[in-house]
Amino acid sequence: MGILTVQNVNKSFGGLKALHNVNLDIEEGKIHAIIGPNGAGKSTLLNCFVGKLTPDTGTVMFDGHSLLGIKPHQINQLGVSRVFQTPEIFSELTVWENTLIPCFAKRDGAFTLNALSRVSDNKDMAEKAEQMLVDVDLIDKKDMLASSMSRGDKRRLEMAMCLSQKPKLLLLDEPTAGMARADTESTIELLKSIQKKLKITMAIIEHDMSVVFSLAQKISVLAQGTVIVEDVPEKIKGHPKVKEAYLGEAQV
Amino acid sequence: MKTISKADMRTLFFVAIIALFAPLILNPFPTESGWAQFNAGYPDLMQRFAIYGILAIGFNILFGLTGYLSFGHAAFLGVGSYSAVWMFKLLSMNIIPALILSVIVAGLFSLLIGFISLRRSGIYFSILTLAFAQMSFALAYSVLTPLTNGETGLQITLNDPRIFAAENISGNLPVTSLFGLEMRDTWTMQLGAWDFQFNIGYYICAIFLLLAFYISIRIFRSPFGMMLRAIKTNQTRLNFTGINTRPYTLAAFVISGMYAGLAGGLMASMDPLAGAERMQWTASGEIVLMTILGGTGTLLGPVMGAGFIKYFENIFSKINDTVLHGWFSWMPDGLENVIVWILHLFTGKGWHLTLGIMFMMIVIFLPGGLMEGISRIGKWWKHRNAKNNNTSHTSSTPAE
Repeated sequence: MGILTVQNVNKSFGGLKALHNVNLDIEEGKIHAIIGPNGAGKSTLLNCFVGKLTPDTGTVMFDGHSLLGIKPHQINQLGVSRVFQTPEIFSELTVWENTLIPCFAKRDGAFTLNALSRVSDNKDMAEKAEQMLVDVDLIDKKDMLASSMSRGDKRRLEMAMCLSQKPKLLLLDEPTAGMARADTESTIELLKSIQKKLKITMAIIEHDMSVVFSLAQKISVLAQGTVIVEDVPEKIKGHPKVKEAYLGEAQV
Repeated sequence: MKTISKADMRTLFFVAIIALFAPLILNPFPTESGWAQFNAGYPDLMQRFAIYGILAIGFNILFGLTGYLSFGHAAFLGVGSYSAVWMFKLLSMNIIPALILSVIVAGLFSLLIGFISLRRSGIYFSILTLAFAQMSFALAYSVLTPLTNGETGLQITLNDPRIFAAENISGNLPVTSLFGLEMRDTWTMQLGAWDFQFNIGYYICAIFLLLAFYISIRIFRSPFGMMLRAIKTNQTRLNFTGINTRPYTLAAFVISGMYAGLAGGLMASMDPLAGAERMQWTASGEIVLMTILGGTGTLLGPVMGAGFIKYFENIFSKINDTVLHGWFSWMPDGLENVIVWILHLFTGKGWHLTLGIMFMMIVIFLPGGLMEGISRIGKWWKHRNAKNNNTSHTSSTPAE
């Protein structure tokens, strides 16, 4: 049994069957990649993990809790963090405030009205936030407005915000989409070092095969809403079913 | 421990100085001169500056920080006024119990409305609050007449119980006071051709304005304030950071409702009557205008916006045709009539037109409101000075 187990999940939108009897098992401490052609249902599956969508049937269990029917913030409090395809950050706040918020959220997850203390008086929070910015190499940009950063930096910031919560499971939705080669490589290095240092379980949805094969310890291939193969990277590479799924897409 | 930073302290000090010397600053023209009608330094208007300043500061906590546009804030103002007048009727003419009750009642009322309205965000939230405010207005106007005295408005009378007040033997209506200090007491200082009026009621309002401003600074700089700003920019990320945003938005709503209640209570303390029209949607709209005009999300902006609109409402509306004819009497008759006819549209009863045009100009050219204008001037000034320094520096060392 892994940390996240998905059993017989079905989801359809109107007549379209987006997910069809999906079974998935993500082992603790591993980097698990979910790949598949466009429209295979990868993002739908991820949305089912974080409470954005509720599957029609089936179960999603995380660390002994069902993730179905509870709100996104409750799922996060169980230890699931998510990096989005387009970075979801607080664009009108500075980079510094962006990193402070998850620090405060960890403490103030249940509402506390600390309206009369000063942000700058919370030294422990500041230390945490600073350490995180150093980790993702953004400390020079801490006074910048988040919206004025490059896309790669935004993604790094978002990752830092997720990591500061020390999640048990980190979900990454195409973490290198739209990044330059150098940024992609630095992101891969960052994820690898995080995995080594913090032993966080990660589930990655990715199109870029070089990223997948350099990161993943296990790969599930999704096509037309079902998992067609699940194996270690070496075996996925030459698998006939995988080739068929991708070539099939190419012919269309 | 220091509670606010140096820069904020300076802002607070600046506001305090302005508030303290407002009777002087707002009366720049000699009493007998033709310009005297532009003087704003009379008690009634100054009180309104301070009261609407409090209202706008509170509204800014909800709209400026959290990004929720409430279109029904006047309801809390009205509820505050009614509560205060009831205290004057039942207990005594002391304003302290009146203000306490108005803040509490407005807080409870906003808790109820906020709890329901905050289930939605964006335009739906605005519509819900508008609906609640109009409902309150209609109720106050008709069904709740025993509580609100309907369209006449709630007033104090000689027959009110006033259980803590000494027996009234004068036969006149009692006046509001703070432990004997009467709100209407005014000391007039004559200085040459100028008359300066120092009014107790105004200074009470100013003290509350400063207090409200100070609390707003604290909220802006607190972790709570940071969460509110985070709610404004990205609720999805906040949810995925483990925060349930509802309690935060509700707290902001209640705080800003209590500010409105305080403003309503003060309004009744200065003039002990409360009418339903105080809750009408035009009143709510005015609060929105003030905040946007001054600068949404800034500390000082809403107060300036409130002052700006109230000044226009009271001063521009007094410029009628007679006054205009007086100004332009030196012109040839035909030209005078044409000019007066044109200006007639913008002054007197037409002051709304001027205000509307100015509001449009500000929103289009200064989306950040008056505060953006000020900061632009500041930047331009700094830039110019820096340039001057540079040129003088290079000219003094031409050899390099």
